[in-house]
Amino acid sequence: MRFSFIELDARGRAFALLDGGTGGELCGPFERIESPWLEPQDVVPQSDDGVVVVRGKLDGRSAVVIGIEQAFQGGGIGEVSGMKLATALSLAARDSRAGVPTAAVLLLETGGVRLQEANLGLATVAEVCSALLELRALQPVVGVIAGMLGCFGGMSIAAGLCTELIMTREGRLGLDGPQVIESEAGVAEFDASDHTMIWSIDGGTQRTRTGLADVLVPDDVAAIRSAVIEAVGCGVPAEHRSQRIGELGALLAAVDPADPPKPGDLAAVWGRG
Amino acid sequence: MQTLNFEFPADRPPARRAHVGVAGSGDLEVLMTPGPAGVARVRVRTSVDGFDTVWRVVLERFFARHRVAAGFELNDSGATPGVVTLRLRQAVEESMEEGSA
Repeated sequence: MRFSFIELDARGRAFALLDGGTGGELCGPFERIESPWLEPQDVVPQSDDGVVVVRGKLDGRSAVVIGIEQAFQGGGIGEVSGMKLATALSLAARDSRAGVPTAAVLLLETGGVRLQEANLGLATVAEVCSALLELRALQPVVGVIAGMLGCFGGMSIAAGLCTELIMTREGRLGLDGPQVIESEAGVAEFDASDHTMIWSIDGGTQRTRTGLADVLVPDDVAAIRSAVIEAVGCGVPAEHRSQRIGELGALLAAVDPADPPKPGDLAAVWGRG
Repeated sequence: MQTLNFEFPADRPPARRAHVGVAGSGDLEVLMTPGPAGVARVRVRTSVDGFDTVWRVVLERFFARHRVAAGFELNDSGATPGVVTLRLRQAVEESMEEGSA
């Protein structure tokens, strides 16, 4: 029987990936390190600021899982939640250098930077990316996008930097979210109410078919855990996807923005069908 | 957003602290910490203004039945009275379970 991963909250997801009984939460809700910027803007804060950091073992090896809670502020990244992400990655890098190789798993259910903390959120996303780059040279950083919210904005850049990216069919990945594109470029460019069209472009099936994500899994705890274990087991590649600039540039060059291919044809256009 | 504070008589100290829920739409987060004897102290931060009386009635009813002497911090994002009561019960149950934080 399938056991849904995405229906768990962020804490439940983080513990579910780790070996049973090995997880310990860092900087948890009782530390009460919440965002200081929300209450003055009439928004109720959450005690963990929507990011859950759990250290433990993954198939016997040291790992940290960082989960973003999509139910709180749409998984938006603020100053505190972003620094929790960045610091957890930095500490994993420090431990890895000190002889305790520690891989990281990011559960990326997020609309990107939290608007109420605009510039501070952007600054912390830069810190997250910087810490991710530091760690991925030493140990794998595996991203998981399970759905339905998806991973957008600044955090989609972090997703692009991951050693491996695991998605479900329900997951979505894009730099700008559908509503942002519609409001900036018009409904003719992108109709944010057309779910079939959105998933045909941003959805996990399309992202893995076209090689922008690596593994497509069902929304099931056991399936996602084994995909994560396999990804961590592959170790650090000689070259990450985001370093293959020439290859990515060639993909862009193969698409004519004035006459773009249909989503279903894109994998073939890119020779990845 | 509105902050409300309540106190209710209580005489049952919980075994340990408990954390349940998310401050997401229609839900709330509850942090429960063993507190001074004889009182349940509740701080509510809610996204919806003007429901002071409803909060008082819901909490009064809960603490009349579960006389848990603890501090309760509720971060609420528009949960209905039924959801509030369920989350409080869940927190009390978790505080009695073996091995939780």
